[in-house]
Amino acid sequence: MKKLLLASAASALIAGSAFADGHAVKVGVILGFTGPIESLTPMMGDSAELAFKEVSDSGMLLDGKVIESVRADSTCVDAAAATAAAERLITSDGVVAIMGADCSGVTTAVANNVAVPNGVVMVSPSATSPALSTIDDKDLFFRTAPSDARQGQVLASILMDKDIKSVAVTYTNNDYGKGLSDSFISNFEGMGGEITINAAHEDGKGDYSAEVGALAAAGGDLLVVLGYADQGGVGIIQSAIDTGAFDTFALGDGMYADSLTAALGTDLDGTIGTVPWSQGEGADAFAAVTAAAGVNGESSFTRESYDAAALIALAMQAGGEATREAVAANLLAVANAPGEKILPGELAKGLEILKNGGQVDYVGATNVELIGPGEAAGTYREYEVKDGAYSTVQFR
Amino acid sequence: MTDILNAFVLLSNFVLIPGLAYGSQLALGALGVTLIYAVLRFSNFAHGDLMAFGAMCTILVTWGFQAIGITAGPLPTALLALPFGIMGAIALSLVFDRTVYRFYRARRAPPVVFVIASVGVMFMINGIVRVIIGPGDQRFADGERFVVRARDFKEWAELSEGLTIRTTQAITVIVAIVVVIALFRFLNHSRMGKAMRAYSDNEDLALLSGINPDKVVFYTWVIAAALATIAGTLYGLDKSFKPFTYFQLLLPIFASAIVGGIGNPVGAIAGGFVIAFSEVTVTYAYKKFLGYLAPGGMAPDGLVQLLSTDYKFAVSFVILVLVLLIRPTGLFRGKVI
Repeated sequence: MKKLLLASAASALIAGSAFADGHAVKVGVILGFTGPIESLTPMMGDSAELAFKEVSDSGMLLDGKVIESVRADSTCVDAAAATAAAERLITSDGVVAIMGADCSGVTTAVANNVAVPNGVVMVSPSATSPALSTIDDKDLFFRTAPSDARQGQVLASILMDKDIKSVAVTYTNNDYGKGLSDSFISNFEGMGGEITINAAHEDGKGDYSAEVGALAAAGGDLLVVLGYADQGGVGIIQSAIDTGAFDTFALGDGMYADSLTAALGTDLDGTIGTVPWSQGEGADAFAAVTAAAGVNGESSFTRESYDAAALIALAMQAGGEATREAVAANLLAVANAPGEKILPGELAKGLEILKNGGQVDYVGATNVELIGPGEAAGTYREYEVKDGAYSTVQFR
Repeated sequence: MTDILNAFVLLSNFVLIPGLAYGSQLALGALGVTLIYAVLRFSNFAHGDLMAFGAMCTILVTWGFQAIGITAGPLPTALLALPFGIMGAIALSLVFDRTVYRFYRARRAPPVVFVIASVGVMFMINGIVRVIIGPGDQRFADGERFVVRARDFKEWAELSEGLTIRTTQAITVIVAIVVVIALFRFLNHSRMGKAMRAYSDNEDLALLSGINPDKVVFYTWVIAAALATIAGTLYGLDKSFKPFTYFQLLLPIFASAIVGGIGNPVGAIAGGFVIAFSEVTVTYAYKKFLGYLAPGGMAPDGLVQLLSTDYKFAVSFVILVLVLLIRPTGLFRGKVI
């Protein structure tokens, strides 16, 4: 037992000294590598590490330091597991900042229980719940994904523009669905619309006819579905079309997937929806960077992940030291104007400007502009389904 | 008059037809459970996953048929693949009977030991299904989707409410009727059926009169596996195939069997429909329905929904508890077969 203690103490010492040797800076990447969004997270992790690699290879970061990414599993749904993983990152790996987490529920848990008490910055690429805007984060929580408070507003104004005044709403029963539906409803009612029913649905069930029965009884011009495309959302839509309850739908971003149009085809025609989207030179530059590195940059939230990682590195450089305090103090400054605009692939240029005492305004792949409590303003693409395919109406 | 017709069509579309199809699926599942309980004397918790396994075998064969271009025309190809799925489920049941249950039968273990063993078997089948076909949704339905389309019905009947009958719903009800008739003929008229009933009535007496217990056990598993596969495939066709949903089905299936009177096949069928219709009727919002029937201006403003749909599974649980408290033998006096 003594030997074991000694051995663990020694290894802890070695681990500690690796951190202390000053060459490598550890940054945590906590994403749901297992769980409901495990098909998205590998690409998100790769994109974040692509930014770290770009920074390390430039040799510009704090006189030649390299960033070492430490991955951890948030599981997307299990707050206890995510908290334990984040604790490991902070106490045992000694990370300077955390890129993550991904899903809104675990992100809230990690921020409240681990990151904020320990003074570690978190930059989430994909947590969109409006509730995260109001947590007591001591200016340590940021996100490169826009809050659903904004998406609810965008979706409500799209319906109003189409003169749709009365709708039924169903949402997936979790933090994301609840947050988005609350935001949509308050905006829609504020604009004078009427909500006939607001009902939650559970994911992963075989049969949604009872849910659709209730929605149909309440009625409305169309059905707003704020769920997931490969979970309950598609079951609700299928059942609603089958029974003739509704023929047109308005969808939140979780419903945007090619699998949806593949499954339902032209039955979905006339359906409208919103999805966060990036366009312009930043997105083009990101596509070029990922293509050159052999990383899949087309997947969801890859752009946001790259931007989150890049912001952490730039904030370190701006602070002049690889510490948690430096990241916390400088993240907003490097993300917003004033300063030289930095696109994906230009991180070395940004680091150099900061080193010489200049200022940068990181634009990145998603036109990063952190507003309010440190979250992306976001651009949404309004789409309509025509002939069984998504077609862009406009950007909002 | 049209208002009354509209109200009736509305209720048929959202309550009657889905309830009938769901009830048939539960009845077939509950028949399997009740049969095992009557003859082998234990509650088989692995039945839900046996349904998943049988449905999975059917799906794999269906995909094979679809790949080489064999279809059943307007009917789903899965109906052709069903016999192969049944064979798969029978083989699996017999393997587990030989390796697990026979051991406990030989030493005449109490029923609770069998129940716990069946929970273990449940987890194993659970794992096997996930390893082979994965945990996700699988689509295997093909052929004509609808018998009656809501839009066509509206035009034909000149009503404001549509009626939908999906092919899978019609097939479910028809297949369930055929299977139930065949099962009752077998139990009441065939030599083996009589032997099974005798064995379930009084095991010792049956053995004394020369009934071969191994054969009875064998046939029980064959029939239970066939029922499970048919129920599982119909459920998968009508709704969706996802291994986890079959695990969830276990509660309503057991509720059906117990409400009807476990060990009694007529009770299993009645229980299936009781559970299915209570789930659907209690969670349905009657606003529109009453709106058609109520005299002008008296239509209700609220949804008139007794329970939110979130509590659907709770309904079968509440009924199960009530029956156990008030009438533990079930509606049909849980008499053994």
